[in-house]
Amino acid sequence: MKILIIEDEIELRETIKQSLLKEEYIVETAADFLSAQEKISIYDYDCILLDIMLPDGSGMDILKELKQMDKSENVIIISAKNSLDDKVSGLELGADDYLTKPFHIAELNARIKAVIRRNNLQGKKHLEIGNILFNIEERTVKINGEAIHLNRKEFDMLSYFLLNKNRLITKTALAEYVWGDHIDQADNFDFIYYQIKNLRKKLKTAQASIAIKTIYGIGYKLVEK
Amino acid sequence: MKLLNQSLLYISLAFLLIIGIWAIVFYFNLKEEIRDSIDDGLDNNKMLILQKVKVDSTLLLQTEFGGNNFKIKPISKQHALSINDRFKDTLMYRQNESDLEPVRILHSAFEHQDNYYQIKIISSLVEEDDLVEEAFWSVIWLFIILITSIIIINNIVLRKIWKPFYKILNQLKSFRIDRNQLPLRITTNTKEFKQLQQASNALIQHAQKAYTSQKQFTENASHELQTPIAVIVNKLELLLESEKLNEVDAQTIAEVIDIADRLKKLNNSLLLLAKIENKQFLAPQTISLNEVTTTFLSDFKDWAAFKNIEIELKKSGDFNYNMNKALAEILISNLIRNAVFHNIKDGIVEINITEEKFTICNSGISEALDPKMIFNRFVKNPSKSQSTGLGLAICKAICKLYDLELTYHFAINKHCFTIYKKSNSLI
Repeated sequence: MKILIIEDEIELRETIKQSLLKEEYIVETAADFLSAQEKISIYDYDCILLDIMLPDGSGMDILKELKQMDKSENVIIISAKNSLDDKVSGLELGADDYLTKPFHIAELNARIKAVIRRNNLQGKKHLEIGNILFNIEERTVKINGEAIHLNRKEFDMLSYFLLNKNRLITKTALAEYVWGDHIDQADNFDFIYYQIKNLRKKLKTAQASIAIKTIYGIGYKLVEK
Repeated sequence: MKLLNQSLLYISLAFLLIIGIWAIVFYFNLKEEIRDSIDDGLDNNKMLILQKVKVDSTLLLQTEFGGNNFKIKPISKQHALSINDRFKDTLMYRQNESDLEPVRILHSAFEHQDNYYQIKIISSLVEEDDLVEEAFWSVIWLFIILITSIIIINNIVLRKIWKPFYKILNQLKSFRIDRNQLPLRITTNTKEFKQLQQASNALIQHAQKAYTSQKQFTENASHELQTPIAVIVNKLELLLESEKLNEVDAQTIAEVIDIADRLKKLNNSLLLLAKIENKQFLAPQTISLNEVTTTFLSDFKDWAAFKNIEIELKKSGDFNYNMNKALAEILISNLIRNAVFHNIKDGIVEINITEEKFTICNSGISEALDPKMIFNRFVKNPSKSQSTGLGLAICKAICKLYDLELTYHFAINKHCFTIYKKSNSLI
């Protein structure tokens, strides 16, 4: 899987690159409009992370070029602007997703995987980890071939964990993903613990080959047994 | 006091003084003039009588006034020589008016065939009290006529002259800096008003510039902060995954991430406020607050359950309103979050929705908050460091944008926030 990061801020570019390398992607970067233009015209990427505000041009123009080449559907716009206009016109130009800075790494991982899955025609509709068969579209989970019932939040949590296998997810990142932005001032994320506890119980009963590890005071990590 | 009345007051006082002094001077002058002419008449009378005495000595027997206006009395030579012509004011009884009336009297003496006589000649004075009264009323009338005409002139002329001023005043009164309004415009040839217009417009321009640049600054600063915050959060998240970290260090990093997250939220809230104030949210649609509330309650359910807070939702009507969907969601979720966040353990949140209003009440500290302060930015409970102090400010800004009324009151140990549709806010 090949990913291109178009981002002018060097620190952010390198951090994202480092994180994506952990997921064993092939990562290329472009720091400005011209080099981005060059790269997209020569190579094909499975996913492109595109910053809208570049020093020598607008990311929107790159998106237009991609659209002309019919390659815009795997673009995730990363922007400091949470402006609705940009979001709408970006998505109209065929971008797949729109992520507002700052974001959590786990969130970016989940979005990239979703883009790749959606655009990969040969791609399987489900994720297979250990003895777990996870169908995101149909929102079903099978363990050892047997369907288990999860409520909406448990399902969201599990999908987030699966998309971030072996990666540390902080409590805040998890809460934001599952409960939405609106929960963001929750004075105590410990209530998440109860949800995790239920999820763990269900996984254990079904004898799943994965486990959700607690990293005390920080967050959680999904590991294969 | 209105400008018009104020000038009227000063003019009236000045006129009262001037007319008062003038009336006194006029009265004495008039009196002097009348005396003068009466005295001349008496002198003339005396000469006529003396001429008549020479041919008709019976006149010398007229020792009382009777019907005539003189009386003659014989006196010694010595006495006669001591008498000089003298005019005096005195009172005499008048039979027809049964009253003492003022008269002018001339004392004199003359010699006739070696005999000496004293003569007194009288002339009725203009009745002085009548004169005073007459003069007084004339003055009063003069004053009334003057003031009335001044009021009329003031009203017509001043009103006309000051018209441009009131126009500027009215335009300034309705001026709102957050609306992009045209500069003030009046048509006048008066130099002072032209200057006033210019000065007002210059001031408005300055204020608008400052306002715009302040708004832009907030937005730009917040935007510029997003990337550095993203770098901090992401780098720390990567660092957290490092194998070399010990547990204590990892927890410290997690704490720093939490703080960076708070920074992110604060920044997002400021951006949101700037955007609401810049009216960057368009596309209003009919929103059902009932639906929005139901949706968000399910999001907050787990958190509330964890704090053992009971949430009661009563819907006795559909609150529908034309507004931006994202803002409606922010408004409702902020209020619900606020009610849960500032609640106590085992507390309660009551939501009541009718067609005209949305009320959310929560248990909490048993003390009313200051309704004047509570919607201000960065007003927060110092013990709750996670709070940005912007949630309610955002709610207020959203309500203001859409002409909704948002109020706070404290009743029966509950903190209540109510959103009214504005046409009903007075009921």
